[in-house]
Order: sequence, then C-alpha cells, then structure tokens
Amino acid sequence: MSGWTQISGSAVALPDANIDTDQLIPARFMSQSRADGYGGFLLHDVREGTPAHPLNYHTPKVLVTGRNFGSGSSREAAVYALVDFGIRAVFAPSFGDIFAGNAVNNGLLAAQVDQATIETLLAHLGNGAEQAHVDLSTSRASIAGIEVRFALNPVHARKLINGWDDIDLTAQHADEINAFCAARHAAHSWAMPAT
Amino acid sequence: MNLHSTLLDKLWDAHEVLRREDGTSLLWVDRHLVHEGSHHAFAKLKSRGMPVAQPALTFGVVDHYAPTRAGDAAADIRKMIRTLGENAAETGIRLFDLHDPEQGIVHVVGPEQGLTLPGLLINCGDSHTSTHGAFGALAFGVGATEVAHILATQTIWQKRPKSMRITFDGQCAAGVTAKDMALHWIAALGADGAQGYAVEYAGTAVAALSMEGRLTLCNLSIEGGARMGLVAPDDVTFDYIKGRPFAPTGAAWEAAVADWRMLRSGRESTFAREVIFDAKKIAPTVTWGTSPEEALPITAKVPVPDQLGGKADHARASLDYMGLTAGMPLTDVKVDQVFIGSCTNGRIEDLRMAAAVLRGRKAVVPGLISPGSAQVKKQAENEGLAQVFTQAGLEWAASGCSMCVGMNGDLVDAGKRCASSTNRNFKGRQGRGARTHLMSPAMVAAAAVTGHLADVRPLLEGRT
Repeated sequence: MSGWTQISGSAVALPDANIDTDQLIPARFMSQSRADGYGGFLLHDVREGTPAHPLNYHTPKVLVTGRNFGSGSSREAAVYALVDFGIRAVFAPSFGDIFAGNAVNNGLLAAQVDQATIETLLAHLGNGAEQAHVDLSTSRASIAGIEVRFALNPVHARKLINGWDDIDLTAQHADEINAFCAARHAAHSWAMPAT
Repeated sequence: MNLHSTLLDKLWDAHEVLRREDGTSLLWVDRHLVHEGSHHAFAKLKSRGMPVAQPALTFGVVDHYAPTRAGDAAADIRKMIRTLGENAAETGIRLFDLHDPEQGIVHVVGPEQGLTLPGLLINCGDSHTSTHGAFGALAFGVGATEVAHILATQTIWQKRPKSMRITFDGQCAAGVTAKDMALHWIAALGADGAQGYAVEYAGTAVAALSMEGRLTLCNLSIEGGARMGLVAPDDVTFDYIKGRPFAPTGAAWEAAVADWRMLRSGRESTFAREVIFDAKKIAPTVTWGTSPEEALPITAKVPVPDQLGGKADHARASLDYMGLTAGMPLTDVKVDQVFIGSCTNGRIEDLRMAAAVLRGRKAVVPGLISPGSAQVKKQAENEGLAQVFTQAGLEWAASGCSMCVGMNGDLVDAGKRCASSTNRNFKGRQGRGARTHLMSPAMVAAAAVTGHLADVRPLLEGRT
C-alpha cells in the first residue's frame, strides 16, 4: 500500500445516514478476487436502483456523508470498494468503529467532523461535484471552498502518510509478546484450550 | 479487589502487552476464530511468507457460505469453503468443516465447544464477535488486515473504549426476550448510540437471562454501535461451560472459576455513561425500517416521518424501501415468509421458544429454520422441535449463517417481506430488494401462524 500526504480531486455528497457496509458492497460480491478490483461493486445496488446517484456520474476522491457511515458488518471489502473506486477520504459525523479501523489500514482517511460542518458541506455540494483538497500533515481540508479541520490520531496519520502496515510495527515487539504469552499461560493455565 | 475497576478495565489490563504513545494498546489474543471470509488475510500472510504464530489458539469454522439445503452449491461457494479448508490444513489449525458434527455458526460453536471462556480475549473477522462477551470475555470483531495481523502475531492494536453500563431493572414479562431488550435499547439510543463504548449489561433482568439470552443481548451490541458487549460471569455461566470439549478440567477448572469470580465491576466503579431501563415496560419489539434503531413495540403504529425531526428523511427512505404506509398499525403489516436462525437467535432456547408458539399450529406463509449449529440441530431433533416445525409447514435446514446474510444462496426475493430472527434489517441484507423485519424467534413464529406482524403474547397463553 502506498501512502499519501495530500490529495486534490473532486468531492461528492451522499447525504444519507447509516450507509452500512452491506450497502457499500453487497455480500454476493465478496467471493471475488481483489486482483480484479472492487470499485465496480461500490454501492452497487443503490447506484443501479438510483440512476441519478452521484457516483454514476462522478469519480470523486472525497465523500461527504451522514452519521454512522460504514456501520454493520466488519467486511473490509467495503473499504476495498471505496479505495478501488478512487476514494481516499470520507468526511462524516461518525463512523462504524470496525470500518474506521479498516479504513486506516487501507490508506483511506475516515475524517470525523461535527454535524453542523457536515450539513454545511452537504448543502454546498448538493448533487454536484466540487473541488476538494485534503492535507494530512495539517489535518485540514478545503471542500467546495469551505475550510474544514479534522482530528487525526498521530499514529494513524503516520500510517496513512507512509502506507505502513501494523505487522511491521508489531514485529519490533516480538520479545515483549513472547514474554507476555509465557507469563499468561504460567499464571492462567486454563486460558489454553483444554484439548 | 479494586472496588473502582470496571469489568472492562480488568479484562483490558489482563491482556495489555504494551501501550504506544497515542494510547493504543497491543493486546494478547487468547482465541482467534476464522471463517471462509478470512481468505484475504490468509493470502496476505502467505504473500509475506509468514506462518500462523499460534495455530493452537486459532480455530476455523465454515459458516457464512455453508449450504443449508440439499443439492449442489454454486462453484464460487464451493471455492470459498475449499479455500478455508486448504488454508487450515496448510497452517495447522483445527477446522470445523462443513460436515463436521460440531460445525455451526462461529458465534454458536465457540460457546458450545467451550472455546469461549470468561476472561479471554476473543477476536474474529466478524462484527458479531461481540456475542462472546456474554461470558465476561473481551470479544470484538476485526477487519481482514487485523485478521492477518492476529494470525501473524497473536496480538491486536486497539484503543480502550469508554465504558457504558446499560442496566435492565425488574423482570421482563412473559413473551419478552433478550432480543426485545436489545432492540429496545438500540431504538432508544440509536444505531450509533454506543459508538466508542464497550457496553456492560447489568441488572436483575440480565442476571435472570440464560446464557442463550445473554449471547443474544451481547450479539446485538454492535447494532447499537458498540464493538463489545459484556455480562459479568456467574454460576449460570460456569454451569454452562462445565464439561464442554475445550473447557478446563480438574485443578485447572477450579483455578479458572476462582479467577472468573473476580471478573465483575467493583461497587465503586464509575462508567463514562450509564443508562437504565425498566424491563417490565418492554414489549415484544419489531423493526419497521432499514436500521436496527428503527424499532417499535408491536402494539405501535408505523411512524409518520414528519414527526421524527432530524430523522424524517431517513424514515421516509425507509418506509419507501419497506413498502409501508405511515400511521398503519404494525400488526397490519403482512409478511411473505419467515426465517429463524443466525448467530443472534439460532440456539436451542430460541428454537424452543419458537416451537412453543408453533406446536399444533400451521404456518400460513413459507419459512426456513436453520439451527445455529449441527449440535443444536441434533438436539432440536431429539427434543421433537424439528417435527413441530415441519408439521407447521416450515422447512428444517442445516446450520450456517443462511438467510441472515444470504451468502450461501438462501435469499429473500426482491420486494418480499420476511419476519426474521436475525440482526440486520439493512437494505439488501437478506437479498437484493428484500424487506426485513427483525424480531425474536417467538415473534417470528407468531408472524408465521398469522401471516402478519403479530403480538406473540396472546399466542403463548396457557403454553409456557
């Protein structure tokens, strides 16, 4: 995975709340190989059922959407679909916890922004696409001419910027992990499966 | 014993290997459960040439794609199951394969086999891993990258959630179940009401629940936004575990119970958020929309969006998708079919509750019943429950995730309405264009025999 610090592109609004991962990628596509790309599956049924859906006309890098985005199933394929479609940042009042974790592991910024700001952005974007710029190094974005600040955990920022993988980070702690494992099983033998 | 520590704190502290500068902990994982959907993670591990760090702590289950009906499965479904088998064989992990007598849904099999124990940290690449918290375990769902990380290191990076306690005082009335308690709190707090929190369930109505009921309650935590649900373990928990295949025995059992009895929040514990409900005021509850928060007592009417303030737009879209008219009584909503099963409500007690309603009655709509595991299936057949279902005209199938998510081809057709004992009424969850109403298995049985959403309470009179 390659990292990024700044992106410029278009932003599009999806004003619905509770856009869950079942909508982001219907379950029937999840047996497909990632090598072929998941972008075509993004919001597949919603887009097909709504000819005027903005993602049928635009290929944005930024989405602005309603609360509880990415709730539901832990399927990381929902993030694959967004990333393979070309999206690098999603701005919403809140995100499903598991989705937010999956996002940072795949170079997708899940930026939490207050409800009032989101409503302003949604109103400015309407059904169209507007210019957007996102800068991870300053935790600032400009969307449809509106300046937005977002909170970004410093470790998440480093992961997004460097495209880092947790496995590499964790490998540095192998000795501590091994010691913890030995101590746990010595003190609590019942924690090992019995058979 | 620290009177201030919450159950969450005790579990967290017992698993924390280290903490990095942003406050995120590296946690030791006692049990890692994988399923067919974990293929992305195995591929990632293979591409890096890494072995599974702790195969003895890793268990595989075929559930999401498991065929539940006779006949040949589609090629892509067979491939998903075969791939898990190959990955399990290559990495040396125990697999509960499709025809294993102990196969089932991962969140049913874990408890049933004694793999799920109080005090453990349990991860699985499935959001309903919160289920296992019913034992006083720290259990949460993770994504594929995290599955690969756990396979490689037996650890997970995680930020400690805030603590929330949801207390159900009093007792639930007859016909009101853990499913109704869960839908009740989610409707009150919202589908993101507990986001960022671990929810500990407490109160007399929770203590009175069987393990099956507690599993249902914790299972649905994620539908209220909480990645983890918890119930402090007690004698109900220990009695359930004792003698299960992977549970400790002898001296290890005694040591375990002594440790497990410490797993409760202290008297002086404070929670970041406290919510209290009166259990006796909870009615059988059904969802009417496309989010679990869109739930109401069965005695209510379909809401009028204009009266819902900020949620009006979502409600309008929900009613449109669900094909419902604002203001109509919920009991006027006719259903096309029913489904009983899933990690939420596919256990033996769930089937007993449904059978109590269906015994001697006929379903007026078609329906599918998929037990949560092969063991549950066998037990239900031995108890005569399966005969009750088939005599009522319902289809008795094999175990798996089945029509909850439809990956195995058990789907609800577009525009059809299904009364379902599952966990998600999302658009398209049970099939493209399918309309799902969530409710308890007893309420599903009531819908089956009446052909519409119905209050189960009168149907249970003189029966339980």
